[in-house]
Amino acid sequence: MNQDLFKFLLRWADNSLIHGQRLAQWCGHGPALEEDIALTNTALDYIGQATNLYKYAAQIEGQGRDEDQIAFLRDEWEYYNLVLLEQPNGDYAFTMARQFLFATWYHLVLNEMMQSQDAFLSGFAEKSAKELKYHVVHARDWMLRMGDGTEESHSRIQKAVDEVWAYLPEMFEMDELDQRMLQQGIGVDLKKIQTQWRSQIEAVLTEATLRIPADGWGHTGGKNGKHSEHLGYILAEMQYLQRTYPGAKW
Amino acid sequence: MVINEQPNTDRIWEWMKEVEDPEIPVLNVIDLGVVRKIGYEGETLVVTITPTYSGCPAMKTIEKDIAEVLEEYGVNNYRIETVLSPAWTTDWMSDEGKLKLHQVGIAPPVGHSADKSLLMGKIRTVRCPICGSEDTQMVSQFGSTACKALYKCENCLEPFDHFKCI
Ligand SMILES: [Zn+2]
Repeated sequence: MNQDLFKFLLRWADNSLIHGQRLAQWCGHGPALEEDIALTNTALDYIGQATNLYKYAAQIEGQGRDEDQIAFLRDEWEYYNLVLLEQPNGDYAFTMARQFLFATWYHLVLNEMMQSQDAFLSGFAEKSAKELKYHVVHARDWMLRMGDGTEESHSRIQKAVDEVWAYLPEMFEMDELDQRMLQQGIGVDLKKIQTQWRSQIEAVLTEATLRIPADGWGHTGGKNGKHSEHLGYILAEMQYLQRTYPGAKW
Repeated sequence: MVINEQPNTDRIWEWMKEVEDPEIPVLNVIDLGVVRKIGYEGETLVVTITPTYSGCPAMKTIEKDIAEVLEEYGVNNYRIETVLSPAWTTDWMSDEGKLKLHQVGIAPPVGHSADKSLLMGKIRTVRCPICGSEDTQMVSQFGSTACKALYKCENCLEPFDHFKCI
């Protein structure tokens, strides 16, 4: 098995799954019906993307596991998502600030990934980028609305951006695995994306009358299985049924 | 004597029109453009489909319904394959499909999917499927299913779904 490719795929798949699970928690709790629908639709896109990636990862692994077994039967340290994505939803400002800063980055990642030498990944990226376009526009509208809104909404979204900021450096880390994948023409140059991302988000934050936080220390480790305490709770809830009744179907 | 029992693929394309989209039943899978290829690999019939959206919950049902139609016509040696590339686009929706959408009060996709105007913050004019007015407003990019956005008409004041262009 190509161990590098397998782990590389899980990083992207786990990002999608955990982010999708967090967004799905808003189901029935959205601030307005339209938002409830928007976030559940968005969550569904991410969970679908995760399914596609897990299917391919299972094929690369070649151990006869399927996408559900990979999602439901792995422990915390075998999950490689960004630490940002497992953080609790907080208020709507935190959810939207995270969504905006993450989705803008992921949309750029997918645009690069379309050039991947791996035919599955390039097709996956082409498909998913179309969905991300809608996520970016939706989150951007909320940044403007809250930033350039009332005193209350402005202070909440500013606080959210400040909080999310400390989790962003992990998005641009290029570790040895990322380097090897890039050299093989499969991976993505995350450093290259950083400049584009920065100019896109700065334009929106400025328009939203928000202050751009200073760069500093960042939370990291998720890409190698070192998580905050929050991931365990998501997995416990998500995996409970399959762990208790192995192979259960409905 | 050799009897060729493999039905011609042209006929199978016709049969596929019996498979409805479970979320918008006026459309069949051919109108929608999700059936990409029908062909034989030796004795095995291979039907290739592509999802509209990555997380579209209708795909499992569509796959099952395709299998049912094939079996009804006596095809038992078949495989249904899902591919992601090339990515599904509303450009593949048939004109007949667009007309059917309009008739049930869903505004069909407008323009071409390669258009970058969405990211630039521009919104296309969507005509109200009820009164025909162009004085409409988007309420939300996300609607009752992954493929639809929510609009309202400023003229007749009715809300309506728009099948968005991707
Ligand atoms: Zn009208």
